[in-house]
Amino acid sequence: MTEKTTILNLSEDELVHPGNRACAGCGLSIVYRIGLKALGRDTILVVPPSCLTVLQGLYPIAATQLPCLNVTFASTAAAATGVLGALKAQGRESTLVAAWAGDGGTSDIGIQALSGACERGENFIFICYDNEAYMNTGVQRSGTTPQGVITTTTPFSGKSQKKKDVPSIIAAHGIDYVATASAAYPLDLYDKIVKAKTMNGPKYIHIHTPCPAGWGFNPRFTVKIGKLAVETGLYDLYEIENNKWRLTGASKKLIGKKRTPVNEYFNTQNRFKALSDEQISDIQKEVDIKWQSYDETYGN
Amino acid sequence: MHIIESGNVAAANGVKLANVKVIAAYPITPQTPLTEKLSEFVDAGEMDAQYIPVESEHSALSVCIAASSTGSRAFTATSANGLLYMNEQLHWAAGARLPIVMCVVNRGIGSPWTVWNDHQDAISQRDTGWIQLYCCDHQQIIDTVIQAFYLAETVSVPVMVCYDGYILSHTYMPFEIPKQADVDKFLPSFKPEYALNPNQPANLNTVTLPDVRPDVRGDMAPGYMEIRHNLHADMRDAIDVVGDIDKKFNQIFGRGENPYIETYRCDAAEFVAVCLGSLSYHLRDVVDILREEGIPVGVAGLRLYRPFPDQAIRDMLADLKGVIVFEKALSYGNQGALFADIKAALYSSKNRPKVHNYILGLGGREIKTAHLVDALRNSCVDTDKVGDTPVWIGLKM
Repeated sequence: MTEKTTILNLSEDELVHPGNRACAGCGLSIVYRIGLKALGRDTILVVPPSCLTVLQGLYPIAATQLPCLNVTFASTAAAATGVLGALKAQGRESTLVAAWAGDGGTSDIGIQALSGACERGENFIFICYDNEAYMNTGVQRSGTTPQGVITTTTPFSGKSQKKKDVPSIIAAHGIDYVATASAAYPLDLYDKIVKAKTMNGPKYIHIHTPCPAGWGFNPRFTVKIGKLAVETGLYDLYEIENNKWRLTGASKKLIGKKRTPVNEYFNTQNRFKALSDEQISDIQKEVDIKWQSYDETYGN
Repeated sequence: MHIIESGNVAAANGVKLANVKVIAAYPITPQTPLTEKLSEFVDAGEMDAQYIPVESEHSALSVCIAASSTGSRAFTATSANGLLYMNEQLHWAAGARLPIVMCVVNRGIGSPWTVWNDHQDAISQRDTGWIQLYCCDHQQIIDTVIQAFYLAETVSVPVMVCYDGYILSHTYMPFEIPKQADVDKFLPSFKPEYALNPNQPANLNTVTLPDVRPDVRGDMAPGYMEIRHNLHADMRDAIDVVGDIDKKFNQIFGRGENPYIETYRCDAAEFVAVCLGSLSYHLRDVVDILREEGIPVGVAGLRLYRPFPDQAIRDMLADLKGVIVFEKALSYGNQGALFADIKAALYSSKNRPKVHNYILGLGGREIKTAHLVDALRNSCVDTDKVGDTPVWIGLKM
């Protein structure tokens, strides 16, 4: 087992310039800074339209020190395939290829290309930062927007459908590594990316990424809210490594423990205002059933 | 070496000789045998390339865009709805100035479904910023594929090599496969100005503002409009480059000499039939019949459609009595796209010929020589009677 990274031995190499175009309190700016440290300098990035396109700066100024190919919305994983193909043709296979997309670019418009690349077994890391709506275009619902959430396209009664479980969909392709992470636990993310780098074939990491502007909270609470999502048991940190599923980090510590009620998470954000008491109680029941199964399976 | 094979196999041999390094494709009729042949070459070890069997045409071009951005020569091929599914990527590849080559095996577009030949697929993509070359036979297919890489890499603009589905893609005819050593002498290796590389990081295809903007050193970088202007200017310059490449090709292989327009019996012609693709060879028979009748008519097949060789068009057509444009495509609600382009090219000439437009062969409707003879004779004899609206040939209603 690899040793856990701490703030003391985290790489000091900064690959994302400060003063970029991310909003105050942006969860993506946390995970992107830490994620690029983990990926390292010998990496080519592939990025579809998303908040990350904006974060990286407007031509001819860039906020990132890695080479990056901006691509069309539906093409991310196919473009990563093309970079890999060229690197292979040129004998430059030691260079890492990482795709970094938002939840819309992953779960909705990008899922076909991603599924194709996973099925073909392309040797790349696909990272989805999930801020649970189309934030860059002004908070429209996406496939990963949770049930009940108010967005600009579910304006009054909230989204009626459930959140799409993208990590499970990707895991169903039988790839060797799927993991979830959270912007509130950047070192856990760092270690997962470092582990993914050691494996062959497609690797998928899904990061829960709080968004102050889209979720309706004070920018200083980004990490607190990210932690609450995990501590309430709503959002789980786990790895599926060679088909073995296991809880990790802060979620693993919750096994057999009392979890924070989901209501405390919902109360921190404006986007959950349409949730009725009945809906909240239903969600709490679902979370309790899920965790009862975790406790039985993974508890001592 | 001469062989007798299909047009798709001719194209595949051109791709092989051009030392393509990344191939991505998705099956669609009638392109499929071309990519099957390429996968055969790669699997048999006859070709040192990455063959990527993607899950869609959109992804096929995405792979080529990324591979080209990473510095490798890339190829794909498609037809009809596959080309349309690539539409946003066509614009992207041209905007990013990537020298990708694609064979478009021309087929009609659904709905309703048709798998047969016409030109609506490629014509509908004429404004994507790609160079379009049209072929009339298998020799032209293999030669044009090889030349297309040279052209694309010289002007940094992607190239479509278009040839008729079934009529060329699936028929067999003899053609010469050039020697690899000669192709290597003709086609320089791909040396991109920039390729994605961690030692030289760059952020490609970034959001670009309407106006120019200084970079970190204070040098002014172009805005969106300057970048687009450069694409247009380089496309216009590509017209001369097509001519130069044809000369160089001719010196080594002894073929060519018709970089823009291939003519037949246009000497002392008062009328010329104009079209794209293999139809111009069909029209040669028609012209022979009409010349027997004493009608001074010839045929001109356009090889280069975008950029539009308007000077060559004027030089050839401006002093004629009549120009008759036969098209397997239509700008719905208006007229044939080639018809409109030819009229625009001739507008500035002193003696404007009458220009007629025939629409034919849509969705593979059989094109009968007798119909062509009647239509062309009619345009030559009753030049003033034929109006400006397109006339449909072979329509049964």
